[in-house]
Amino acid sequence: MSADRNSSEWTNKGALPDMSVEIAGVTLKNPVMTASGTFGSGMEYSEFVDLNHLGAVVTKGVANVPWEGNPTPRVAEVYGGMLNAIGLQNPGIDVFIERDLAFLKQFDTKVIVNVCGHTEEEYLEVVERLADQPVDMLEINVSCPNVKQGAIQFGQDPKCLCDITEKIKRVAGQPVIMKLTPNVTDIAQMARAAEAGGADAISLINTLMGMKIDVEKRKFVLANKTGGLSGPAIKPVAVRMVWQAAQAVRIPVIGMGGIASAEDAVEFMLAGASAVAVGAMNFHDPYLTQKVVDGMEQYLIRHNISTARELTGAVL
Amino acid sequence: MKRKTRMTVTSNRCLTDGIYSMTLQYPEGEAPDAVNPGQFAGIYTGNPAMLLPRPISICEWDPACRTLRFVFRVAGAGTAELAAMKEGSRTDMLGVLGNGYDLSALADRKVLLLGGGIGIPPMVGLAEALHDLPGTEVTAAMGYRDNNLFLTEELTACSRLLIATEDGSVGTSGNVLDAVRENAIEADVVCACGPMPMLRAVAGYAKEKGIPAYISLEERMACGVGACLGCVTRTREVDAHSHVRNARICTEGPVFRAEEVEIG
Repeated sequence: MSADRNSSEWTNKGALPDMSVEIAGVTLKNPVMTASGTFGSGMEYSEFVDLNHLGAVVTKGVANVPWEGNPTPRVAEVYGGMLNAIGLQNPGIDVFIERDLAFLKQFDTKVIVNVCGHTEEEYLEVVERLADQPVDMLEINVSCPNVKQGAIQFGQDPKCLCDITEKIKRVAGQPVIMKLTPNVTDIAQMARAAEAGGADAISLINTLMGMKIDVEKRKFVLANKTGGLSGPAIKPVAVRMVWQAAQAVRIPVIGMGGIASAEDAVEFMLAGASAVAVGAMNFHDPYLTQKVVDGMEQYLIRHNISTARELTGAVL
Repeated sequence: MKRKTRMTVTSNRCLTDGIYSMTLQYPEGEAPDAVNPGQFAGIYTGNPAMLLPRPISICEWDPACRTLRFVFRVAGAGTAELAAMKEGSRTDMLGVLGNGYDLSALADRKVLLLGGGIGIPPMVGLAEALHDLPGTEVTAAMGYRDNNLFLTEELTACSRLLIATEDGSVGTSGNVLDAVRENAIEADVVCACGPMPMLRAVAGYAKEKGIPAYISLEERMACGVGACLGCVTRTREVDAHSHVRNARICTEGPVFRAEEVEIG
């Protein structure tokens, strides 16, 4: 019995699709990442998922100093999704390097550090600190809707976005991914602005700004009043924006927004993404990242496609 | 080890107005999780439009039957779906979560348990665990709105039970601390779960008496496992994990020493 099983594995081996993808010269073993802010720095979900199996872990946003974040309530469930207004609480770059990065380096996966700041100087400080660290890529958060100063302010004006991208590129020791907000009129214009600034890749979408009111209490549910909408409810918007962005630029696009299955991930790839990230649905199913990896491989086998890379932009 | 498990609903019934008791059983051949009183689990509704599990405190657990019992109030659409689950149906559970009460800090003491409303269920499991510890004396003061009482049989079996009702229909008229004072209860340590105004009063009471208080907090949660930073509470000192004055209720809590947190 076991000999049979081994031999069938052996004969299938040559037929297994190549799941690897390349983003800005960095090879990921598969296209599946975690979306920033939904996976901590990997520690919590490592109880559920073997991080060695993921294409990359994208960390929660980290700033130059610890940030306290917003008052509670910070989260609210809505139909098919959730709102959050965490406010980028993070322990600061020193603790991040010493504790979280050290933890992640135990695993054979790529590490992408999400960087946030209130001001240009704060972003640059973190990027410089990370330049000589064992980090594979940087993802610059110019799209968080939940902080009063910084973040999204840099991502809603093409000139600002191009400008901060240029400045970050000058000091960065790793390839730079600019994470874009969907809260703009023309996503293609923003994608082009990031590319013009020298971004090595773009990722989208961050959350859509939303609101929930408790009609019985006549009160805002979130202490911050507004929050970022994520989850399956936003997926069609995200797929459309990834497609528009991918049409507009030559640099790789990393797609995300409500991915709940391998088929959802494939949909983003077909729309033009070179890799994908699983976000809010990690909260629904802590095993989801692994299931998306396995399911994408099954999809490729089922459709007789030999490499995951071929999916990118392959919508007919 | 935290995990998501497909549980079977072995019983689900209404105890009293809006309060339900649901028992979930682990799959055949799967060892149940060890439970510390005060811990909770995330229960999924099965409705795909509701993606987050509902954090519900564990009321009782029975390793021999491989079951966990949850007593919850229907507070919204999600808990209404839980209340409607049929016996024999299946539901996913993320658990077990949180720290729970430190029994070693309660052994050999006169322990006062205070529960208000839907804060009562975790006190049942705690009272039962303490009842099994020799030399530990347990008084439970439980506060209800009115004569729609629940879990009193379980509490009577393992503690001296005092009841307070807001409308005065049963026991002391007023809150749990009124019942404690009326009965001249003295304790070495207090454990409490209930609404925030009650927890504030309990913290004040413990401070006045010079005894430690352990309080169980709740907050809107998303991941339940410490990743999303949704359910934080303000802390007096900088928290060892977050490096700011916020602790995760789902992970460092839900049970905190009253003086550790800022609930004022």
